[in-house]
Amino acid sequence: MRVLGFRLPGMSSLILWGLVWEAVGRSGLTFFLPPLSEVFATFFAIVGTAPFQKALSETAQAFLAGVFSAVAIGIPVGILMGKNRLVDELLLPWVNIFLSAPLTALVPVLMVLFGFGLKSIIITTGLFAVWIIILNARAGVMQINRSLVEMARCFGATPWAAFSKVYFWAALPEILGGVRIGVIRAVKGVIIGQLLISIVGFGALFELYSANFLMSHFWAVLVVLFALAFAVSEALAALERRVSFYAAKR
Amino acid sequence: MRGDAGADATVPAAAVSARNVSKNYGEVEALRDLSLDFPRGQLTSLLGPSGCGKTTLLKIIAGLLEPTAGEVEVNGRPVTGPGPDRSFVFQDFALLPWASVLRNVAFGLELRGVAMSEREAIAEKYIRNVGLAGFEKSYPHELSGGMRQRVGLARALAVDSEVLLMDEPFSAVDEQTRRKFQEDLLGLVAGENKTFLFVTHSIEEAVYVSDQVAILLPRPSRVSEVIRPRGLRTKNVDDIRRDPEYLDIVDRIWASLRSYVE
Amino acid sequence: MSRSLFLKLLSGIIVFGAWEIAGRIPVSYAFPTFFESMAALGVMTIDGSLLEAYVDTLRPLVIGLLISAFIGIALGLWVGLTRWFDWLVSPIFIVMQAAPLAALIPLLVMVYGIGLTSKVFVVCIMAMPVIVLNTAGAVRNTPTNLKEMGYSFLGNERDIILKIVVPAASPIIFSGLRLGTSAGFIGAILSELKITPTGIGDIITYSRSIADYPSMYAAIFSIMVLAVLFLNLLERIERYLFAGNVRGYATD
Repeated sequence: MRVLGFRLPGMSSLILWGLVWEAVGRSGLTFFLPPLSEVFATFFAIVGTAPFQKALSETAQAFLAGVFSAVAIGIPVGILMGKNRLVDELLLPWVNIFLSAPLTALVPVLMVLFGFGLKSIIITTGLFAVWIIILNARAGVMQINRSLVEMARCFGATPWAAFSKVYFWAALPEILGGVRIGVIRAVKGVIIGQLLISIVGFGALFELYSANFLMSHFWAVLVVLFALAFAVSEALAALERRVSFYAAKR
Repeated sequence: MRGDAGADATVPAAAVSARNVSKNYGEVEALRDLSLDFPRGQLTSLLGPSGCGKTTLLKIIAGLLEPTAGEVEVNGRPVTGPGPDRSFVFQDFALLPWASVLRNVAFGLELRGVAMSEREAIAEKYIRNVGLAGFEKSYPHELSGGMRQRVGLARALAVDSEVLLMDEPFSAVDEQTRRKFQEDLLGLVAGENKTFLFVTHSIEEAVYVSDQVAILLPRPSRVSEVIRPRGLRTKNVDDIRRDPEYLDIVDRIWASLRSYVE
Repeated sequence: MSRSLFLKLLSGIIVFGAWEIAGRIPVSYAFPTFFESMAALGVMTIDGSLLEAYVDTLRPLVIGLLISAFIGIALGLWVGLTRWFDWLVSPIFIVMQAAPLAALIPLLVMVYGIGLTSKVFVVCIMAMPVIVLNTAGAVRNTPTNLKEMGYSFLGNERDIILKIVVPAASPIIFSGLRLGTSAGFIGAILSELKITPTGIGDIITYSRSIADYPSMYAAIFSIMVLAVLFLNLLERIERYLFAGNVRGYATD
């Protein structure tokens, strides 16, 4: 988008939307939307308070633990599926099913099995993330150029050297792509888990604020959450772009 | 069409002429001050190493790109955009993957608002002409690369324009198909009274099919030489490749181009 | 029997067998066996309570998806075709795509109450971003050669949009709809569990509260199977409709 020959940066329209928000908030049109400036003021007021910090750290813990286990399980399983036909045929239907199934429905099961705490939320987060990571790692391994595999063999690479010096790097763009989507899904998973098991993290905070109609508090948390999620996804996308230069020409 | 051999004064009048055409992409000069005439009823190749702006020139003539300076005239009228007097054959075919061969061939006519029954009759005729009879109902993905380009060619012929612009039309098909295409193209140039502009990077192909070969040198692109083979068009298609003149011209062009190959 | 079918059956037997065994040990008081759950599913199907529940669950889902599809595709086309609108609107959907929109549910309940409207809204906010972004991306990335072909054969703007851009984009638009449907299922179930228990959400919540775990597992099993089957069907339709599209203009 160009205005008067000056190129407006990609996300700059968000500033405009922020101004619209401020204007609507000030006009008093609706009680549910306080002015953006008030939301920011509230944010600085609550960011140092104990409940907010507790919610943030609980969420971060659950999120990191969930993502870590999803990555630690997903990548090896995906690579194994890409390399071994029998494993692939046994697991692929299930991976595809869980990739598209509404996992929200599983949260009540996790609640009765693992209790109303951190453990259930970690598992929810991991479940949201792991399938796409598996699928992408598998796709990454399967698309590796045959001649690259043969090259490694011709030059006498040991299986480990072939794996760590060729296969992993050749599949890296897809693997990272899977991790990025997995992480975005994990953010959604951790929030869905907390909403349904609403006594921990931001879920508890949302309950508190909405029960007391603390609108600017509510929006402050929402904006923080959205901004964090967006920042995480952009950071991973930037990382992915750093390796994608060779994804197109292998 | 041609007078006595070697007398360039008898070259037919230009159907298309480029006058002092320049094209810049930001800082990069793709074409600088290029002038060239394309005689009516003949085939002119634009030959040069990759990145020499052949395709850019062709797209300017087609009206798909605007020159930064200079102008292109078709039949004495300046080009301001695509027009009914020119049609284009694309390097990567540009077929509609969701449309049958029949609709693809008729698509140019469809865009001109020709009625369904009429345009399909015309399309069927050209499908037969390019040797695809029986494939009217097929879809592009069911055809080989060579057959796809025949569809592209039929589409360009179906709109019956005076000038055919061909952008490396045979570069995406295999060698045998390519040779067949080149022979067919000679027949087409002789049979249809159309002006052909043909972009290629193959020296042999250019000399084989052309009445006139324009050699373009790169960065920025300008015409370095225009070669008009004298006796090749009267030869049998099977004899051209061992004709001394053919071999000489190929050698000569290679000599002038080799220093530009990196 | 073909190898792939055999392996599919085998993998099914392994997983359901493991479920059965885990239920018999039992690993938890709240973990019924596979056959108990299937029996409960049978009972609920026969007495009609499952069908009733689906009618309730699918209503906000279908309404929400229809709204999302119409508005989403229209917005996506507009975004993909117009520079300034792209600049204005895309960032919102890009943020929505990355953000955990489920967090908006408490707010939606405050504004629209606990009725159908809130649930439809939940489905919409979950399903719409991917539909808009897919449509816009597909329109923006129409192969240049096809557009140039259209212009060189004298197509006008309208012809090129209707005869080239939209058909070329339709496979990706359709897969956007499929992904939107998948997200919509998540939203519909989430709203039944979070806002008010109706439909399948009601069976899940109620049977959990009376510790009728087989029924709870059966309900969850059935809704997941339904979603997977439906999405699978969409994928098949997609593959059937656009079989040639992906390969058609490839040069080989």
